Amino acid sequence: MKLVTAIVKPFKLDDVKNALELIGIAGLTVSEVQGFGRQRGHTEVYRGAEYQVDFVPKVRIEVVVSEADATRVVDAVVEAASTGQIGDGKVWVTTIDEIVRVRTGERGDDAL
Amino acid sequence: MNTGDTAWVLASAALVLLMTPGLALFYGGMVRAKSVLNMMMMSFGALALISVLWVLYGYSEAFGNDVGGGLVANPFQFWSLHGLLGTKDGGVATHLVATVPAMAFVAFQAVFAIITVALISGAIADRARFGPWMVFCAIWATVVYFPVAHWVFAFDGAQSAHGGWIANSLKAIDFAGGTAVHINAGAAGLALALVLGKRVGFGRDPMRPHNLTLVMTGAGLLWFGWFGFNAGSALSANGQAAEVWVTTMAATGAAALGWLATERIRDGHATSLGAASGVVAGLVAITPSCSSVTPFGAIVVGLIAGVVCALAVGLKYRLGFDDSLDVVGVHLVGGLWGTLSVGLFASASTTAGVDGLFYGGGLDQLWRQAVGAFAVLIYSFVITLFIGWAIQKTIGFRISEEDEVTGIDSAVHAETAYDVSSIGGGAGRGTSLVGQAHPAPGAPARDTEGAGV
Repeated sequence: MKLVTAIVKPFKLDDVKNALELIGIAGLTVSEVQGFGRQRGHTEVYRGAEYQVDFVPKVRIEVVVSEADATRVVDAVVEAASTGQIGDGKVWVTTIDEIVRVRTGERGDDAL
Repeated sequence: MNTGDTAWVLASAALVLLMTPGLALFYGGMVRAKSVLNMMMMSFGALALISVLWVLYGYSEAFGNDVGGGLVANPFQFWSLHGLLGTKDGGVATHLVATVPAMAFVAFQAVFAIITVALISGAIADRARFGPWMVFCAIWATVVYFPVAHWVFAFDGAQSAHGGWIANSLKAIDFAGGTAVHINAGAAGLALALVLGKRVGFGRDPMRPHNLTLVMTGAGLLWFGWFGFNAGSALSANGQAAEVWVTTMAATGAAALGWLATERIRDGHATSLGAASGVVAGLVAITPSCSSVTPFGAIVVGLIAGVVCALAVGLKYRLGFDDSLDVVGVHLVGGLWGTLSVGLFASASTTAGVDGLFYGGGLDQLWRQAVGAFAVLIYSFVITLFIGWAIQKTIGFRISEEDEVTGIDSAVHAETAYDVSSIGGGAGRGTSLVGQAHPAPGAPARDTEGAGV
């Protein structure tokens, strides 16, 4: 099993979610995060005092999938989240040792 | 007694009272989330305390009979408002100020005293202990505000036989308190900011406003209430009140535009904080001059106030004092400009009936305005410096560095303003109710030994 983690622009969340539903993904977890990559931050001015805001708001999407689905999911996320501009985000895949559905106790691919 | 005038003065007093909670929102939104409650409590504390002091002796100290030189009135003459009570014939007041009951005037002037004291708190955000702040409020009102209100607002024969020196001898025009309220609070704010010193991390750490919607709401309430402040100062529901209402509106709009234009040109963006600040700067500047400038003059006064104050708020970084929420840049600078503007833009066609420099009146009114403005500035600054220093040396004014960094709300008030976590039943941070802090006698003691505390 694989954990696909994607950091994307917040306004692309709906597109990514729809794309994943289209390829039959049954669930995902979303969190609001902040950080920086090549896009860096921006400046804000309050009563003439300038502040450098280093962290840019992003959305983190996490999907647990079977080994076979991982590539398809990554491709779908990348296609849906892409604008071609700097700051589009990143997607990475990690291996998961075990997964359990809390309600039934099912394990492995059955819990997905 | 005129019932129409009385209704307007009482309504105006209520409008002006709302300005202090408005100020609490305006200031509260500008500080960081960890100190918003303390910021708002400084305004509420002033509201509570000055309400009481005003009744006991404040009114008398400002509007009793002068005890010499136009400097201060007799604080015991109307002790507890003794001597002002009494009605006849179904509620007609037996004691009048102009055409309204003396008690209506007491109410109207009370809320001026309250907001002036509360204004100072913006200079010392995040770092003043609450108890010493309340001690400061009591001493400052007694030694600075009540006498200065006497100087500026007590006219011979209006409330008592003899009033204050700025109103009667100098004859500077300060219709609603450019000197007594704004220069006074601004100079005091500067002095306290110097006594308490800079916040930890000032000029290095970000100290962004945590909630600009609160700031906008507060500015809106100030804007609204200020029509009571200025137009109510006519003490009559008459043509002067109407003219003042319009000059107040015109100057405020122009000042907001001036501030926003300055920002747009200098920083590239017109900001909401700039709009809110411009509104207040315009209201401050037109406060002394609202009865003496034409509506067009008011637009000029406001526009210049917006630009000048927008530039002035940056001074603290260059000069190195932490006037946290720009009481100096907005109230002292705006108050000075507004007070001097009377000497420049006053027109004899208005109810004040005086020509300023640009209307052919020469320098006569201008020097009177300058003397009044700088007398209040110097008196307030010097006395406040001493009061603040004395409190710091005796009971201590500033909180510890650890408490300041952690947040004054939790350190001083044992509260936090916001709870945005859904963890722990909506209370966040693993909070659980352990019982009453001080149970009634006989009630079971709270269980601090058990689990889950």
